Amino acid sequence: MIPGRFDYHQPESLAAAVTLLSELGDDARVIAGGHSLIPMMKLRLAMPEHLIDLKAIGDLKHITVADGVVSIGAMTTQAELIGSAALADAAPIVKETALQIADPQIRYQGTIGGNVANGDPGNDMPALMQCLDASFTLSGPNGQREVRAREFYEAAYFTTRDDLEILTRVTFAAHGGGYAYEKQKRKIGDYATAAAAVLLSKGADGACSSASIAMTNLADTPIYCEEASSAMIGAGIDATSIETAVKSCLECIEPVDDNRGPAEFKKHAAGMVLKRAIDSAWSRA
Amino acid sequence: MNAEAKTIEERQAALKGLGTSRKRVEDARFTQGKGNYVDDIKMPDMLFGDFVRSQHPHAYVKSIDTSAALEVPGVIAVLTAKDLEPLGLHWMPTLAGDKQMVLADGKVLFQGQEVAFVIAEDRYIAADAVDLVKVEYEPLQPLVDPFKAELPDAPILREDIADAKEGAHGARRHPNHIFTWEQGDKDATESILSSAPVVAEEMVYYHRTHPCPLETCGAVASMDKVNGKLTLWGTFQAPHVVRTVASLLSGIAEHNIRVVSPDIGGGFGNKVGVYPGYVCAIVASIVTGKPVKWVEDRMENLSSTAFARDYWMQGKIAATPEGKILGLWCHTTADHGAFDACADPTKYPAGFMNICTGSYDIPTAYLAVDGIYTNKAPGGVAYRCSFRVTEAAYFIERMVEVLAIKLNMDAAELRRINFIKKEQFPYQSALGWEYDSGDYHTAWDKALAAVNYKGLREEQAKQVQAFKAGETRTLMGIGLCHFTEIVGAGPVKNCDLLGMGMFDSCEIRIHPTGSAIARLGTISQGQGHATTFAQILASEIGISADDITIEEGDTDTAPYGLGTYGSRSTPVAGAATAMAGRKIRAKAQMIAAYLLEVHDNDVEWEVDRFVVKGAPERFKTMKEVAFASYTQAIPGVEPGLEAVSYYDPPNMTYPFGAYICVMDINVDTGETDIRQFYALDDCGTRINPMIIEGQVHGGLTEALAIALGQEIAYDELGNIKTGSLMDFFIPTSWETPDYVTDFTETPSPHHPIGAKGVGESPNVGGVPAFSNAINDAFKAFGLTHTHMPHDHWRVWKTANDLGMHA
Repeated sequence: MIPGRFDYHQPESLAAAVTLLSELGDDARVIAGGHSLIPMMKLRLAMPEHLIDLKAIGDLKHITVADGVVSIGAMTTQAELIGSAALADAAPIVKETALQIADPQIRYQGTIGGNVANGDPGNDMPALMQCLDASFTLSGPNGQREVRAREFYEAAYFTTRDDLEILTRVTFAAHGGGYAYEKQKRKIGDYATAAAAVLLSKGADGACSSASIAMTNLADTPIYCEEASSAMIGAGIDATSIETAVKSCLECIEPVDDNRGPAEFKKHAAGMVLKRAIDSAWSRA
Repeated sequence: MNAEAKTIEERQAALKGLGTSRKRVEDARFTQGKGNYVDDIKMPDMLFGDFVRSQHPHAYVKSIDTSAALEVPGVIAVLTAKDLEPLGLHWMPTLAGDKQMVLADGKVLFQGQEVAFVIAEDRYIAADAVDLVKVEYEPLQPLVDPFKAELPDAPILREDIADAKEGAHGARRHPNHIFTWEQGDKDATESILSSAPVVAEEMVYYHRTHPCPLETCGAVASMDKVNGKLTLWGTFQAPHVVRTVASLLSGIAEHNIRVVSPDIGGGFGNKVGVYPGYVCAIVASIVTGKPVKWVEDRMENLSSTAFARDYWMQGKIAATPEGKILGLWCHTTADHGAFDACADPTKYPAGFMNICTGSYDIPTAYLAVDGIYTNKAPGGVAYRCSFRVTEAAYFIERMVEVLAIKLNMDAAELRRINFIKKEQFPYQSALGWEYDSGDYHTAWDKALAAVNYKGLREEQAKQVQAFKAGETRTLMGIGLCHFTEIVGAGPVKNCDLLGMGMFDSCEIRIHPTGSAIARLGTISQGQGHATTFAQILASEIGISADDITIEEGDTDTAPYGLGTYGSRSTPVAGAATAMAGRKIRAKAQMIAAYLLEVHDNDVEWEVDRFVVKGAPERFKTMKEVAFASYTQAIPGVEPGLEAVSYYDPPNMTYPFGAYICVMDINVDTGETDIRQFYALDDCGTRINPMIIEGQVHGGLTEALAIALGQEIAYDELGNIKTGSLMDFFIPTSWETPDYVTDFTETPSPHHPIGAKGVGESPNVGGVPAFSNAINDAFKAFGLTHTHMPHDHWRVWKTANDLGMHA
């Protein structure tokens, strides 16, 4: 449990960090809260020669809500997400999700940027970001670009982020209506056996006017369930429509056997968790 | 207020003796981060050792190339079995009469086995060098399933003893077979089974798990080449035994070895044995002439130092149609891993598994245990229990439930009609034990009343109806357990570790001003000995517990003892403390009589003083006596006030308890919610009720972990699947329910203060209570038994197998 040798860098501006990363290339890794990277380094599954710590870059730590758009700096911790009144008002599902990540100690250290950028299928924020249709801002040697969360994840630990890019910010529209993040886990601190993020709005006619569903740790990427989401719109939410939505979502996931149980069980648990999330979101819509 | 003005009650309270919820004196330093653990020890020029470990569960070691590692600046040496062989230390004896490789001698037998020991200037250099040691392996077929160990195509694991027909515990029938241990009357039991009106059968598996103390195992060895003295600090639950073993192995005279157990961050049996890391640290210090530290990390702890349980217990229980149990039969297949390193008294290769008749008056019984080698880590320690007692309790408490199903009888009532009756104590069990005391019916009735058992069963019946009507997906389980422990090993006539009789000891010195120090052969790992032993002594000698220092763990100062495990500290060292205190009092009585100018027999003891019979105004306090013993010439009495007692217990003690767990179970997700947990413990005389409550909470939480998810699992290739805390379940406060604790008090008739021990009861009784709740919930749907651990997916699978998801 001792990592290999590495040099530690702490640039004070984003420009300096991008330059450093360009110079050091493949031998360097950017570190935010470190809760994914450091355990990998201790197991020597990751052996970067350089760590570029983003914590001294003040620009990367912010939560702003303006004109219905939420912008969160990559170095904002889960605890700060939980503590933000503005965020709780604009997007309460973020707080509900962040509260289900690990434990308070880890939430003081773990960041939203690290959580979404690493591509770990066990992380909770990626599915949430897909549910919110968030965008990620990436800064690299060729400047800045935006990528939708729904197009960011390719496979476990593989994303569309170039190795020389740094994820600096997530943005998404404030959500109205009902919301829920439901997670089944074996214990505090564990990754999800199955988890689901659900946003539902109720129109004046009592029918569902908008829907978005995404799921965590049930494939090698987060799963945004586009078909199920759009199928719910325009109809009432009842046992039959929930059953249909769940069935549709379960067709998108590909869980694998692990110590949490075999895929067959996870599919069943995913259905339960999703039902719970839809019920909860609709009750709040 | 001066001493004379105080009432007897006030003086009694001031002692903070037996029965007082005295706050733990240890906590001031522990809660402020001021404890001193082995990894806190730092010495000038200290080196650090780290292991190269096998990734293979079974392989020949073809070659070890250390050259690249030795080139790393700061690396001092790399030890292999070849280096240890000239010293005769490439293998070491185990507590179970087997031997274990210190470093791989030609082959490896489990994943994580120690192959080479890198010695470097710090732990970071050592870790880098470990990566550079090149080991060439020739993989062999692994043996993971103990039931396949004796098949014709099974690989032979222990080639070193392949031809040995006799082991430490009798005949071996196969190279992968370690021993067969039989207790009770086989023929009589089988005859009852064949003729009894009702026989229930079940295979009860108590899965492999691990004590996983917060602090892992470690040691610092320092060989002083000038005075020839070896000092060894380490995480030792039995420091004196370590000293004797170290002396026998190394040839260093025992007076030149000092073993120190500093603060220990939990042991739970994991720190009883002797590990390759200790041996390598000692050798490395002798070779280098510098202090050498070895501390394992969490993954090393889980994968290589002693595991617990892994018993497959095939049971048969015979009864009359009315539920009177007639006989019990058990055959256990015990998976001991690659080396038999179980920590049991020498004559008990399966520990006290023969307590498996439990709390019941079972006239005839038979137990056989077959120990088997597999390609898994060695160990088999008593994880927060006396030797194999938790396996025994789980077995009988499952078998009683299985019998109740067969009889279609209430499991609480079935227990009640089979309990050993109060008037039957001392009770001779069919498997050879003499239970000292008990009042099971009183405890049971109190427990059932406390939870409104009848009401719970009515509620459960309604819940079953609601479930069948499709109104709920939640089941309710009521987990019952009445356990009897056997602790306090043990009488020297039949209990020893490596030949050392399992007595224990206490040495007391009263200082001139009336305070005291007592040293014991035990060692606290969190039990609070510094608090509770002072309380025992306070009540015996009339000096406030606050004025008594308790010291343990340094073999240069503490009297010889066998250490702390198996709930033996209070039953054995606690008894030694009381007996040594009584010696102090006997001498003090002579001094007091002299000072009061009366005959010895004319004074009597009263709380903290000797009083002249019939003249209560004439007395001498213990404090005054202590002062006089150092300041006055008293005819016929030696100066000073000291005593030592070595206590050989006449019998074990038999704590018992009644636990009831009420659980809600979601059949669709497998999630469980403990609604209520009631724990009644009878540990005889209660020394410190607050510490007892803490012990019960801790032990129940470990029991919860084991029952609901904690396991050391291997895949079919012998790879460990649960080697980190990501997968190895340690409950947090979030997973831990509220516990209600209660007690009855049935003193041990043979213990000087009637105490029996309690630290392990909650683990012994808790595991069956949690597991029985799960099993009970599914009973109405046709389940007889499902194996632990009851994690989400296994609970879900139980429901799935019963067709509950259709």
